[in-house]
Amino acid sequence: MTLTATSVPVLWRLARLEFDPVRKQRVLLYPEGVVLLNDTGAAILDLCDGRRSIGDVATILGERYHREVVDDVIEYLSRLADQELIRVA
Amino acid sequence: MLLNHPTTLLAEITHRCPLHCPYCSNPLEMTRADGELTTEDWTRVFTEARELGVLQLGLSGGEPLVRPDVEALAAHARAVGLYTTLVTSGVGLTRPRAEKLREAGLEHIQISFQDSDDAAADHVAGMSAVPQKRSAAAIVRELGFAFSINVVLHRANIDRVGDMIEMAASLGADRLELANTQYYGWALENRNALMPTRAQVDAAADIAEAAKGRHRGRMQIVYVLPDYHETYPKPCYGGWGKHYLMVAPDGRTLPCHGATHITTLRFDSVRDRPLRWIWEESPAFQAFRGDAWMQEPCRTCPRKAIDFGGCRCQAFALTGDATNPDPVCTLTPLRTIIDRAVQDAAGAHVYRFRYLSLEPQRV
Repeated sequence: MTLTATSVPVLWRLARLEFDPVRKQRVLLYPEGVVLLNDTGAAILDLCDGRRSIGDVATILGERYHREVVDDVIEYLSRLADQELIRVA
Repeated sequence: MLLNHPTTLLAEITHRCPLHCPYCSNPLEMTRADGELTTEDWTRVFTEARELGVLQLGLSGGEPLVRPDVEALAAHARAVGLYTTLVTSGVGLTRPRAEKLREAGLEHIQISFQDSDDAAADHVAGMSAVPQKRSAAAIVRELGFAFSINVVLHRANIDRVGDMIEMAASLGADRLELANTQYYGWALENRNALMPTRAQVDAAADIAEAAKGRHRGRMQIVYVLPDYHETYPKPCYGGWGKHYLMVAPDGRTLPCHGATHITTLRFDSVRDRPLRWIWEESPAFQAFRGDAWMQEPCRTCPRKAIDFGGCRCQAFALTGDATNPDPVCTLTPLRTIIDRAVQDAAGAHVYRFRYLSLEPQRV
């Protein structure tokens, strides 16, 4: 699956975001798997609500970080899409 | 050495099981009911596991549902923040129990199927369990659990891998694990009867690969490679004592469920020690961390960062020395052990079925 700025990403319905108080880190939990998230990754996933496009997500994060992030967002979500953790709404 | 937090705990809460599959990964000498940890022992272990960093819990066995406290264990696991999978044969998963497990906060159920052919499934399970499995699958779907099906592949069923994929899709699985037999425990005992041919393995891999694309987005297909037919060994759970721990029914705690066979190690029990001590300080968990223990060619091999010398349990089971390279690796002369095993397997086809008795059964 190739993601573009117009794709609308959504987490796999069986995956959920949690905060792990032991690692003091956000984590993605799903059947038989765990992804430990850095702050940027968690910020991206928090915005993937099944309504916003990747372009929308990149605009919000771009304002927050004061730079163009759309390619980074596509690259990050594509890696999760390869594992079927991110689907297209 | 800076230690990782473990991510995954496999709790083998019992060795009791109504099925007799000859590829079971349980050890030949199994723990009987009166030797099992209590409910209180397990809930303490789950609390300690979460404090240690564990996020994923597998409630497994044996058949975990033979214990009446699975619901209580699942509820405790959820309360301390674990994501829990019940690994079951499906036998005993009645609607009332499934409803209680849902209320308890259990998220994921994995049901084993032995085959897509019912008669062949009955033969390998040593009982007729298919109707109960199908009924369990329907209940799991209906109650909205995340639902996986697991099929262990071996010589007698691997040719039906396409049918298995269709069966899992029709049962509504979210995930299908097609797991080539790993030769530990009962499976090692039955290796000659279970080992597929190279042609079978290649054909099945092609079918699974094509199906992955076809089912993408609806059913995730995970194909676990047959390591005897690979060039390099598997990176056993990402390295010894790095991410994974397993607690046996009697409380002994291991870095891998195959490790009971390593008779040169002594595994401490959660009956005697806190889980944190076992993870951080016990000699067994320290034994193969890092690479100081490695022999050549592993020690100077760039692949040691990828596969960590392969599986310690397999190295011990096949060579008698757990510090040897995993014989699967084609870079070690020990590989002849694997090649010979694959060649020798072409003949006999009689299973030694798994039975929980005081003495391992001999056929």
